Amino acid sequence: MENQVETICSFCGTGCGLVVEVENDKVSKVKGHKENPSSHGETCVKGALGWEYINSDRRLTEPLIRKNGKLTPASWDEALTLIAEKFSTLKDKHGPDAFGCFSSSRSTNELNFLAGKFMRTVIGTNNIDSCNRT
Amino acid sequence: MTVFGTGAATGSYDELENTDVILVWGSNTQECHPIIFNHMRRGIKNGAKMVVIDPRRIDQTKLAYKYLPVRVGTDIALANAMGHVIIEENLVHQEFIQNATEQFELYKKAVQSYTPEYAEKITGIPAEDIREIARLYATAYKATICWTLGITEHHNGTENVFSLINLALLTGHIGKYGSGLNPLRGQNNVQGGGDMGALPNRLVGGWNVDDPEGRKLHEQVWGVSVPEKIGKHQTLMLDAMEQKEIKALYVIGENPVQSDADGNHVQRLFESLEFLVVQDILMTKTAMLADVVLPATGWAENDGTLVNSERRIQRVRPAIKGPGISRHDHEIIQDIANKMGANWKYQSAEDIWEEIRLLAPNFAGVTYKRIDEEGGLQWPCPDESHKGTPFLHGRLWSKDVGMKAKFVPTDYQPPAEVPDQEYPLMLTTGRRLQFYNTGVQTSNYKKVKNAEEGLEIHPDDAAQHGLNDGDPVRVSSRRGSVVTKIRISNKQPRGLVFMTFHFPDQVSTNVLTNHATDPLAGTAEFKACAVKIGKHEEEYPLTEAQ
Repeated sequence: MENQVETICSFCGTGCGLVVEVENDKVSKVKGHKENPSSHGETCVKGALGWEYINSDRRLTEPLIRKNGKLTPASWDEALTLIAEKFSTLKDKHGPDAFGCFSSSRSTNELNFLAGKFMRTVIGTNNIDSCNRT
Repeated sequence: MTVFGTGAATGSYDELENTDVILVWGSNTQECHPIIFNHMRRGIKNGAKMVVIDPRRIDQTKLAYKYLPVRVGTDIALANAMGHVIIEENLVHQEFIQNATEQFELYKKAVQSYTPEYAEKITGIPAEDIREIARLYATAYKATICWTLGITEHHNGTENVFSLINLALLTGHIGKYGSGLNPLRGQNNVQGGGDMGALPNRLVGGWNVDDPEGRKLHEQVWGVSVPEKIGKHQTLMLDAMEQKEIKALYVIGENPVQSDADGNHVQRLFESLEFLVVQDILMTKTAMLADVVLPATGWAENDGTLVNSERRIQRVRPAIKGPGISRHDHEIIQDIANKMGANWKYQSAEDIWEEIRLLAPNFAGVTYKRIDEEGGLQWPCPDESHKGTPFLHGRLWSKDVGMKAKFVPTDYQPPAEVPDQEYPLMLTTGRRLQFYNTGVQTSNYKKVKNAEEGLEIHPDDAAQHGLNDGDPVRVSSRRGSVVTKIRISNKQPRGLVFMTFHFPDQVSTNVLTNHATDPLAGTAEFKACAVKIGKHEEEYPLTEAQ
């Protein structure tokens, strides 16, 4: 990966362009991206300093499955197989409209598009919303 | 439900620097969208007059040509009175109304009773000030209105928006450079989430789910038919969870247990689900209730695109790897789909984008390569030679107007819950500069002071309750109760107190707020609920968190 990567801020809807500097596989500094046509290199305190949450010890690092009431580490295959089986069973039993999806206004277009495609074509319901009402 | 057929800001940020009047309505832009505020600041330097309409005397009022301290939840009365004045004094844009709009007569009738004197009683704004600002807006060569959740987070939020759109239609301040209607989006991809069809009634590209043309296109590209019945938005899904109709929920990158109104109630609903999957970057209160938790990559780790508040499609690029064995959101969802029998073969975020281009005409001209080379592009961008669209609805000024814009008359209704003897104060909620939403990302970053909640209150209201600055205080509504600290503030008018929802682990503000929702948009009334306050006997246990 490069030492300097151009990306977009993760907070409000302004969408300021940022340049992320990386040292030893960690983000070391964030500054405004001068060529960004929306923000012209400016950034607020959240954009410049608020990113430290990415190193938080509350970050999820592995899938967790509830076993005997407790969230317990699991492999991807175990977690995803469980979800697929459980979703399929519940769909057979209760029908597609027994499902809902809260998609993320913080994630990418690509995720939001796939979440819509998943709910509509795999589950079979239009019960999907993003958090744009809250 | 929409007047123009799209839900997006009509203009660009740069237009704020090249306009004559900016009405900032229910938006603490300086604290919540600081960089958009910088555009406004430059606009003011270039001669624009900024009018701030807000219940709180927020800092940006210092730069305002005029500050209108509207009472919480009375915006429609103010907007209608402005419309009344504009019609009465014949400041309307006759030609625009004739050529580009419908239902003017209905609107005229609806605002007839909204004299500035009548509105003064409701809004608290002097009639003469209402007249002045109505004239200022109507007679400006270019004028724009910006708003945020101060307008939409009410039980009648959609009507609030209509009342502002009506003013633009009346005066022709739409569809021109420097004139527009701009909802400022609170999260980095609110715009994109909607544009991508993560909505119960819309497919990607804005197709209604029951539109035969859009359905046919989706069926061609997806090879499967799309359910025709409109789905449930979040608030209706919560209701359906209560009725036990929804039994399984997939939550991606959201913390509804702490961000939604009436939080205790929401938590009980989540606990009652048969199966809850939460995909997120951090362990949230919502994730703690899940049956399966999936670790996703986040900012600086993700690949893909976002859409900002000026409809600009921009690239996010991975700078580092996510922690542990976390994976990209879109890879996780593809794996679940394929384990359930789908046959998705996306190798990258770009592969997904290429499919979006096939389905959404407004995005068809945008490629990753173009974004890399030219920078972000503003939709609509229908083909690869198109440069993107800085402002919308220019067609309203052409001979061939197409679909005309409708006036939608609105009527003032008080907030669903108003103060009474038992709960004598109105609570409104919002954000502060350094912090963000439920604080999942901002509650522990360094270098920032005042990392704690507080109840902002007018000095006289505090004195009346025998409370001093810094005193622990219990704040109660009909739904719940929290303990926080008194923060005496000259921003607050009498009778109105303010809290954020940034520190839910310390103070769970949304246990107080009202679940009453806008029947049209499903937005809860975060901006108004009745509370009472009282001295809290024990020391407020916050010192260790500071």
